[in-house]
Amino acid sequence: MQKIIKSIIVFLFIFVLLVFYNSLNRETNYSTDYLVGNKLAKINLKSFDDNKIYTSEDFKKSRYTLINFWASWCAPCRVEHPYLMQLSKEKDLKILGVNFKDKKINASKFLNELGNPYYYMAKDSTGKQSVNFGIYGIPESILINNETIVLKKFIGPLNEQNLKDIKEIINSL
Amino acid sequence: MLSNTGNFLLFINIFLSSLIIFNSFKCLKTKNNIIFKNIYQISLVQSTLVLICFFTLIAAFIVSDFSLITVYQNSHSLKPLFYKISGTWGNHEGSLLLWVIILTIFSFLFLITNKNHSKNYRLYTLIIQNMLILGFLFFIILNSNPFSSINPIPKEGLGLNPILQDPALAIHPPLLYIGFVGSSIYFSAAMASMISNYSGRFFAQSIKSWVLISWTFQTLGILVGSIWAYYELGWGGFWFWDPVENASLLPWFAMTALLHSLLVLEKRNTLYFWTIILCLLTFTLSVTGTFLVRSGILNSVHTFANDPSRGIYILIFLSLMIFASIYFLFSKYKPTNDLINSNSKETFVLINNWFMMFYLITVLLGTLYPIFTDAITNNKISVGPPFYNSVIIPVVIAFLFFMAIGPQTKWIKNKFSNLKTILLILGGAIIINFAIVYFFKSYSLISNLILISSLFLIMSSIFDFFKKSRLSLPRIVSHLSFGFLILFIGLNHNFSVEKDFNLKLGEAKKIDDYEFALLDLKLNQETNYKAVVGKLEVNNSNTMKRRILYPEIRIYDNPQTLTYEASIQTNFLGDHYLTMSNVDRSEYYNIKFQHKPLMIWIWISVLLLSLGGFLSLFKNAKNN
Repeated sequence: MQKIIKSIIVFLFIFVLLVFYNSLNRETNYSTDYLVGNKLAKINLKSFDDNKIYTSEDFKKSRYTLINFWASWCAPCRVEHPYLMQLSKEKDLKILGVNFKDKKINASKFLNELGNPYYYMAKDSTGKQSVNFGIYGIPESILINNETIVLKKFIGPLNEQNLKDIKEIINSL
Repeated sequence: MLSNTGNFLLFINIFLSSLIIFNSFKCLKTKNNIIFKNIYQISLVQSTLVLICFFTLIAAFIVSDFSLITVYQNSHSLKPLFYKISGTWGNHEGSLLLWVIILTIFSFLFLITNKNHSKNYRLYTLIIQNMLILGFLFFIILNSNPFSSINPIPKEGLGLNPILQDPALAIHPPLLYIGFVGSSIYFSAAMASMISNYSGRFFAQSIKSWVLISWTFQTLGILVGSIWAYYELGWGGFWFWDPVENASLLPWFAMTALLHSLLVLEKRNTLYFWTIILCLLTFTLSVTGTFLVRSGILNSVHTFANDPSRGIYILIFLSLMIFASIYFLFSKYKPTNDLINSNSKETFVLINNWFMMFYLITVLLGTLYPIFTDAITNNKISVGPPFYNSVIIPVVIAFLFFMAIGPQTKWIKNKFSNLKTILLILGGAIIINFAIVYFFKSYSLISNLILISSLFLIMSSIFDFFKKSRLSLPRIVSHLSFGFLILFIGLNHNFSVEKDFNLKLGEAKKIDDYEFALLDLKLNQETNYKAVVGKLEVNNSNTMKRRILYPEIRIYDNPQTLTYEASIQTNFLGDHYLTMSNVDRSEYYNIKFQHKPLMIWIWISVLLLSLGGFLSLFKNAKNN
């Protein structure tokens, strides 16, 4: 009898711990992985400086575009910034920076301080446009080709490995 | 510079902990009953260095050294000094350092204050406690290092979440941590007791003070958190059965049960294994709470940032703790023949433990159930106050009766010679209850029973106070204040008034006995926020009293956040509580007014409850 009780106790604990483990790995936010390999929905982004609107047509000019969502108030954006500066030197890649829920003055200060890696600059002051790109936190980056097909998505700040991956893709042909 | 100093001190502490474990094992092999002098010395150095490490982090916050990511993310150069300092533990990384401080200092104090206990028992306690310290130090260094640096160094920090910029919240974490991290020492002691076969009343004596310390601080920590929620969150409530609040309550139930079972172990030398289980359970529940809150499984103001790697680390740590506990418990468990008379103080203490276990299981189920259903069936549900209220409240009635009668009983074999007195007190409680019903208004049967049972406990405790020796004072104070706590919660619940309406500037509105007018709106510029301050007049036609309340809507700069500050007028009879919030695209403001009777007495009761803990602690220290 004692053995049965002991086994039940052990199994109970294992069960609870497994549920905890499972909950830990659950994606509480919705997943946007399905976007990879698909064409981006209609692009309609306001320019950061003037009244120009960026559409899919604008991104057909270069072979690859990296869309980076950032803000001056976002700490990890600061961490990934040097990588963006490095990527801005790539010939076949243009970077579109989407300034997310930010103040223009703060955003400009941020770029003056750390450098401006962006070829195009757009803004999304309300955060609504970014939803179309499946963005639910920043920084996030999306690598697209000239047909606006998503090649890769980077959630969180870019790192050394991401930098290598991006370079590999754009230099593959 | 501060980053290097901090990191260096963390590594030194890892070294010292390992050294203590190594020396303790070496000392275990010696035949005499003396612990090496160097173990004391290393422990002292360890405690000192861990404190210096923490002061280094405080210094980084004070001088706004934004080269540290933790400082950059949780501070701002314009923040008042007080909140710069409290910001040190107002974040995940800094608060973990506070964990390690408490683990370390408790380890040292346990070592030096238990000199009359067995050497092996003390050494094993030290070894296990230092294993816990090592676990947390590795967690800090590998995953949550408050001394991680950032380059290029930002010019300005991001600021501390405004709702955490509050005096109550500045002291809430340290108090609560002394409570639940403090329970680590009797977790270690319980393991050591099983390993070294140092059981019975000596074991009980060695941990009693530590249980009292942690229980008292846990009580205070919960109180301060509750006061903060009351005036900061703007809902006018003081307990929401929020999973995070529950996480602090679970170890409290286990500690309370432990406090009582220790009495039996100390006096009668029985219930040893049950006491051991409670020791292990308390700290396990503390770590489980930390896991649930920090891993992001439960979302709240305590979830500093979602990072699953953090969760995995705590989960591994928790699993190791649980399986080590189970292993030692199963291998050392011997069925004992504890003969306990059904009519004795021992039985009443056991009844207390059953009640505590009932509350614990209820709250644990309510907290974990949504996590389980989500993981197993993908169904998101939430367990709210109706569940807890309907399960817990009726049981509280019986609990209060037992709590009143228990202390009147005798050890070993009791005779109810004072049955007359008990019945007399019960009669008195019933009369007072109906007097309240008569003078105010009628309320439900369950409210009547709650009031009768709490009055019964209060009157029994007062009766005890005059009858018993001063030695029972700590227990009388705790039981009396618990009776008052339930009484005031009951009265507060039954006689609260709430009004919710919209008002614009210059407008007045009459609702039942109250008339409200929004007289003025002002915009104030403070150091780190702007505030829209309303001036509201509240007239009560019943009492003919006129009050002016000033609720605020605050707009913080760093980070930009909107908070609603309640305006509360407190007196001994009750609180007048008013919050104001803006209605989108309209000139109207939403006003929520509440009259909450005897609010301050709820806080005072809990304060008295912890005073009982302090008194007991002094009594225990004096006896030893």
